[in-house]
Amino acid sequence: MAVFTVGPIIGSLVISFTDWNLLSEPGWVGLDNYARLATDPEFINAVNVTVTYVIFGVPIFQVTGLLVALLLNLVLPGMRIFRTIMFLPTVLSGVAVAVLWQQLLSSEGAVNQILRMLGIANPPAWLTSPGWAIPAVIVIGVWGVGAGAIIYLAGLQNVPPQLYEQATIDGAGPIRTFFAITLPMLTPTLLFTVLTGIIGAFQVFDMAFILGGPKGGVGGSLSFYLLYVWGQAFGNGRLGYASALSWVFVIACAVVVILILRTADRWVFDESESR
Amino acid sequence: MTLQTIGRRRRPGTRTIAWRAVAYVALIAMSATILLPLGWMLTTALKPDFAPVFTPTPQWFPTTDWEWNNFARALLDPARPFWRYTLNTVFIVTMNIVGTVLSCSLVGYAFARLRFRGRETLFAILIITMLIPWQALLIPQFLLFYNLGWYGTMLPLIVPSFFGNAFFIFLIRQYIRSIPVELELAARIDGCNQWQVFRHIVLPLIRPVLMVCAVFVFLDSWNDLLGPLVYLIRDEDFTVAIGIANMVTSREPHLNLLMAANLIMMIPATLLYFLAQKQLVGGIASVGLKG
Repeated sequence: MAVFTVGPIIGSLVISFTDWNLLSEPGWVGLDNYARLATDPEFINAVNVTVTYVIFGVPIFQVTGLLVALLLNLVLPGMRIFRTIMFLPTVLSGVAVAVLWQQLLSSEGAVNQILRMLGIANPPAWLTSPGWAIPAVIVIGVWGVGAGAIIYLAGLQNVPPQLYEQATIDGAGPIRTFFAITLPMLTPTLLFTVLTGIIGAFQVFDMAFILGGPKGGVGGSLSFYLLYVWGQAFGNGRLGYASALSWVFVIACAVVVILILRTADRWVFDESESR
Repeated sequence: MTLQTIGRRRRPGTRTIAWRAVAYVALIAMSATILLPLGWMLTTALKPDFAPVFTPTPQWFPTTDWEWNNFARALLDPARPFWRYTLNTVFIVTMNIVGTVLSCSLVGYAFARLRFRGRETLFAILIITMLIPWQALLIPQFLLFYNLGWYGTMLPLIVPSFFGNAFFIFLIRQYIRSIPVELELAARIDGCNQWQVFRHIVLPLIRPVLMVCAVFVFLDSWNDLLGPLVYLIRDEDFTVAIGIANMVTSREPHLNLLMAANLIMMIPATLLYFLAQKQLVGGIASVGLKG
């Protein structure tokens, strides 16, 4: 265990202060790699792409995941079949899903044909038009939202039924019940899915590699951060610079996670406190 | 109060029926959104080379063309031998499952039952390693394997699994702690040694959690793109994921073969999903792995 994790961690930090590229002897460059980030337009673009995806993608995935879970939580005949179908994309690989959607979202693809049938004359070219590339990736993410829905569903089923009975007796309608009972009781689940959702959104790789190719799509519109790190390390062989990139990434993720956890006790319902 | 609630339940008024109808419409719409793209893929995979893939109205279900031969062509294509890629992937996946189950059950058992000095400290270290993001490890691990001379072989994709995985060790340890210790004590009294207790008492009891681990290891390594992309260089070592990625990036014209290859990639996971659905969905819900 230690050989494969702790040692490399220290190694990685050391490499990030060098200009190593496998062929030459590593030379110590101090903080140069980190200083260079500020003036690297491709780095700034990769940050932009990734942050845009996180800011728009994560809330959309959370809301749709929760809506799907609410629907799947109903007690109706045949629900098992619907649940089976909804969770199916969870097991399918990022690569295969990306390949499928690349075709569906091509400019003459099935999605645009439907949009034309619905009367939209000039649907976007999605993956090949820079402004539409991230929305396209979000659309694909919504298709696979079943993974988050499973966790929400588990959370929903842990809400004590007495609370709902009490609410019905008190005359609360379905919408009131949702905001007064379901949502507060679901906040611990929400904290978990938001955290894993953000971490997952930061780590997009397979999708970006397939949809935009190793260079990150038209005009870098799909140059997600990890794809850029991979390109620098294994495409250009700049191991020192790529190590610095990874460390910036790890620290940025840690800061975001800590910020969310810090605010958590203000909005997450804690069973043990209310007693 | 009670009368009112009973009264409400007995009367499935028009409102309830209307709500149910809305729910069913939404559920069917959702299912269609999931299934139609998959149907389109199958339809495309079954088309002959000359048939238009993008028909004016998208074809969601195979109706006219049934070129099952495309699967064989994708598998046997000399330029991209997917049968070879599939064998490689199956080999890597199997080794990963064996390695993870072996190492993690042994270590998990040790953490749960054996008393040795520094156990709690070691366990704390293990948990901390779970928090270290793999992005920080990618390059140094690459250098480690490069210096070992393993670059360009499958070893970097297999060997680490034999050294355990913090998350699965944790899962197995928790599971072992939840089973009563009396059985193991009885076996000891009957003269079993530590290994026999593990082999004949503990291992059969923890089969459910090992199943969950195996399923997750399968999905992780079957779907892995980054690892093979970094370490594999020779075509005969490639995995299915790389094969498909290369097929896409080289923009080959035969969309039907691409979709056939893609289906070959999806089928094992789908089969597993239907076979192990209960463990899988329960497992995802309890441990909260992202998809």
